[in-house]
Amino acid sequence: MTDIPWLTLAIALPALGGLGVALLPRERAETAKRVTLGVTLVTLALVAAMASMFTTSGTERLQFTEVYPWIPRFGVSYAVGVDGIALVLILMSAVLVPLVVLAAWKENDDADDQGKGYFALILILEAMMIGVFAATDIFLFYVFFEAMLIPVYFMIGRYGRGPDRRRAAIKFLLYSLLGGLLMLVAVIGVYVYGGTFLWSDLVGAEGALAGLDTQPARWLFLGFFIAFAIKAPMWPVHTWLPTAAGSSRPGTAVLLVGVLDKVGTYGMLRYCLEMFPEAAKWFVWPVVVLSLVSIIYGAILAIGQSDMLRLIAYTSVSHFGFITLGIFAMTSQGQSGAALYMVNHGFATGALFLIVGFLITRQGSSAIADYQGVQKAAPVLAGSFLVVGLASLALPGLSPFVSEFLVFIGTFSFHPVPAIIATVGVVLAALYILWMYQRTMTGPLPERLAQLGDLSRREVWAVAPLLALIVLFGVYPQPLLDVINPAVQETMQQIDVTDPAPVIGDADLTADGQEGESE
Amino acid sequence: MITETSSVPAAVLSAPTITEQAPHIDYWLLSPLLVVFGAAVLGVLFEALVPQARRRALQLGLALAATAAAFVLTVLQGGSIPAGEAGTTLALGSVAVDRVALFLQGTILVLAFISLLLIAENRRGESAFAAQAATVPGSEEERSHILAGSQHTEVYPLVLFAVLGMQLFTAANDFLTMFIALEVMSLPLYLLCGLARRRRLFSQEAAVKYFLLGAFSSAFFLFGIALVYGYAGSVNFARVSEAIDAGGASLFEDGSGEPLLLIGIALIGVGLLFKVGAVPFHNWKPDVYQGAPTPITALMASCTLVAAFGALLRVFYTAFGASVDQWRPMLWTVAILTMVLAAVVAVTQRDIKRLLAYSSVVHAGFMLTAVVAASPEGLAGAMFYLAAYGFTTIGAFAIVTLVRTHENGPEAGELAQWAGLGRTSPLLAGSLALFLLAFAGIPLTSGFIGKFAVFEAAMAAGATPLVVVGVLSSAVTAFFYVRIIVLMFFSEPAETGPTVIRAGGLTGSAIAVGVAATFLLGVFPSPVLDNLVPQPSEEAAEPAVATADGFTR
Repeated sequence: MTDIPWLTLAIALPALGGLGVALLPRERAETAKRVTLGVTLVTLALVAAMASMFTTSGTERLQFTEVYPWIPRFGVSYAVGVDGIALVLILMSAVLVPLVVLAAWKENDDADDQGKGYFALILILEAMMIGVFAATDIFLFYVFFEAMLIPVYFMIGRYGRGPDRRRAAIKFLLYSLLGGLLMLVAVIGVYVYGGTFLWSDLVGAEGALAGLDTQPARWLFLGFFIAFAIKAPMWPVHTWLPTAAGSSRPGTAVLLVGVLDKVGTYGMLRYCLEMFPEAAKWFVWPVVVLSLVSIIYGAILAIGQSDMLRLIAYTSVSHFGFITLGIFAMTSQGQSGAALYMVNHGFATGALFLIVGFLITRQGSSAIADYQGVQKAAPVLAGSFLVVGLASLALPGLSPFVSEFLVFIGTFSFHPVPAIIATVGVVLAALYILWMYQRTMTGPLPERLAQLGDLSRREVWAVAPLLALIVLFGVYPQPLLDVINPAVQETMQQIDVTDPAPVIGDADLTADGQEGESE
Repeated sequence: MITETSSVPAAVLSAPTITEQAPHIDYWLLSPLLVVFGAAVLGVLFEALVPQARRRALQLGLALAATAAAFVLTVLQGGSIPAGEAGTTLALGSVAVDRVALFLQGTILVLAFISLLLIAENRRGESAFAAQAATVPGSEEERSHILAGSQHTEVYPLVLFAVLGMQLFTAANDFLTMFIALEVMSLPLYLLCGLARRRRLFSQEAAVKYFLLGAFSSAFFLFGIALVYGYAGSVNFARVSEAIDAGGASLFEDGSGEPLLLIGIALIGVGLLFKVGAVPFHNWKPDVYQGAPTPITALMASCTLVAAFGALLRVFYTAFGASVDQWRPMLWTVAILTMVLAAVVAVTQRDIKRLLAYSSVVHAGFMLTAVVAASPEGLAGAMFYLAAYGFTTIGAFAIVTLVRTHENGPEAGELAQWAGLGRTSPLLAGSLALFLLAFAGIPLTSGFIGKFAVFEAAMAAGATPLVVVGVLSSAVTAFFYVRIIVLMFFSEPAETGPTVIRAGGLTGSAIAVGVAATFLLGVFPSPVLDNLVPQPSEEAAEPAVATADGFTR
């Protein structure tokens, strides 16, 4: 069973598909689309088959592992493997990509290659997205982490929207490269101190990094953290995201915000926390404060946006604040909630971007002011927009509620004050989503929008699976949590924290996990 | 050697064994040099004896065959060095034949071979070189030569002489041999720089500038040699190293010779850093790279850099290896200046060749971080970086030769003219994009592995601040590389856009080799890293490189 190199197949298949599509002649754009959709669906099937064999009861945290030497001189291996968190993120990516392909079917027909290059880039990006979550060698992770930027850069710069797309593409790339290069220093530092790149050899009480002094560990933590914070994106290094999302095709935005940014929060959980537990605990409060600022600041700026894509981008800044808050609350509910949040946010925000994208293909504008009364002309579109909007503001019964609730519980048992401040973000979320809905979908239908057609069958197929998943995991999140929880428990063990005892009202006691460590 | 030894104080040369018996020279080990030398001399004879119409094909064939043969010989010698041994020296300890030298020589020969392909490119009888360099630019005489289709086939022997100098430069094991190699390498290059077909005054200005500054730096180098000789009583690297260990030659038993040594190191450093093009000795680079015929620029940007770094590594690692604490602060400063200043200045450049020149300066700075490490890893990292960078940079300059302002026009140097190239010629622009991403150090290209290797070495040697400066300036350089990609792919083609002339077989293969090397060294670097670069354990025997077995006193 485990002899099949599942992860390598899941990486190689879209990569080869991408190359094949890129090599197709320019006139065969229609074939390119079909091949792309086919490859992404096969990849999804492959990943799903792999996930069905993932065992939650076993003692091995990393499953489907493969390790081959790659550059022996630097101790670099091609090493892949997944734990529960990586698995659900890979699943989420594999679900999102075919839907993005479906939604972007006609988006680039006006490009000079009719979007053939765009689809090739999507496939290559999918290979790298799966690779970055699957990598268990830090060097390999870094390679995927950086190489991923290039397809996205071309997707924004070449196939993006509006006159600002070039500037947006440069801004995106330079921000990410700067973070990535700082991480490179830290990656080299890990190798110099630890002597290996294999994640499983580095972490833990007997790991190669266990004897690392406090000071260098904190610097290395910062090197990784800054890169991940830029990626996530966290206030104050979030400014590239609204620009990039506002200038990209909605399909690109789905992958950018839905998947790529998750690499940042995933990296914090997997690398920052587990490799440098002491430093992570030392940095808890600064990160919690930054998370709270992100939550509130992102939400307030979202309210003020006049462009739908930028608005959704700012809501994501706010949501990523919740995720980092959950991670650094250092409680099992918080981290489980954060991991679940990553998946749910991918589905909900992805669907939101897709539906806004359908509006844009109809009217050519992403400005809120250009729309009014859409629900009269396109009831299905408006209805699904409302549902994913409500999901995004974490309405009970829809999946983001579960994760947001878990983050709140986890944060509260860490310390009540940040939890209380974070609830403000929930209130603001209702404001920005419902107000956007009210302005665009309700009211009288102006003459110029009368011809606005409802969702086509292709478009329905692109969002319906997401809506189904949002409802399903809203009612029954247990399958996801079953997979995530063991990994979170392991993480907690690695960084040597335990959940605070459930004492009500005493903030000093709840911080026990912290205090105990500093001795 | 004879004229040199006659001026040496008799006290130092108490037992001149040289005159008693003819020194034994292993000609087999010298054969790669001799092949190139022989071919160069033969090329000069061809110029004199072969009719003009048949010269080009003959000269090109000879030059390519010589570099290829020398490469094969170099590889054979690399294979004949027993495992675990660093190598040997020959000709009275003046030439080292060790893994480092052989690897760098092999790299130089391959890169020179590719450069020769570019140099030979001939479109409708029009090469990159002036029809008749001796004529006044714009004169009637010049026009008549152009119409007659005259060509300077002297270019090929000149390149061979330069390559010979480069080979020797990386292998020289005493300062005088090194100085001779420096001159053999530089003089043909000065000449070649002035031979551009178009914008000839510009090209001649570049040649004069290069020559004057090069002569200055040679003078510094020579003066430094004199001082070090005064301190150590020898020019041989092994003897210098021993003398530093002993605190100076017998004249300086009280240790008062230290200033001589320090000034000597500094002056020799100036000479070598000039060739490398490190700040503050980089000023020639943009002017010369821009003015020289582009194929020659490619040759200089790849081969000369390899040779210069080879010499720099050998001098600082073997001869001055014992006084690493003295020179390390100097190279720290130079490396930081180079990385920061060149990166910042490069941002403002508007001409592709000047931009690539500044980028070459920045990359020299990155490689200096590995030199600063003064460790086997640093040596290996710098060597890998040199090879990786050489292939990429030749490819980039090869592309520059193809983008013209109009059919039959000069090269379109202005970056603004490159807008929209990705739409009109995607393959060419795609290749350049790959090269630029490699320069920027994006993973899956050779540039990333190189950068990783040098930064890893520097960090392991405790030079973390240097690495941080390095990555920050990397981010700055990424900005201008990325800007070119934006211009090519994301901008609409301009009305007065450039004309991309069809790549001939020669230029095309140069680009193809560049693309293949950039990609392969980025994804499968192990064959090069493991076999050609000495393993850390073997390199522990580094002093063996500098032993002078032919020189017993």
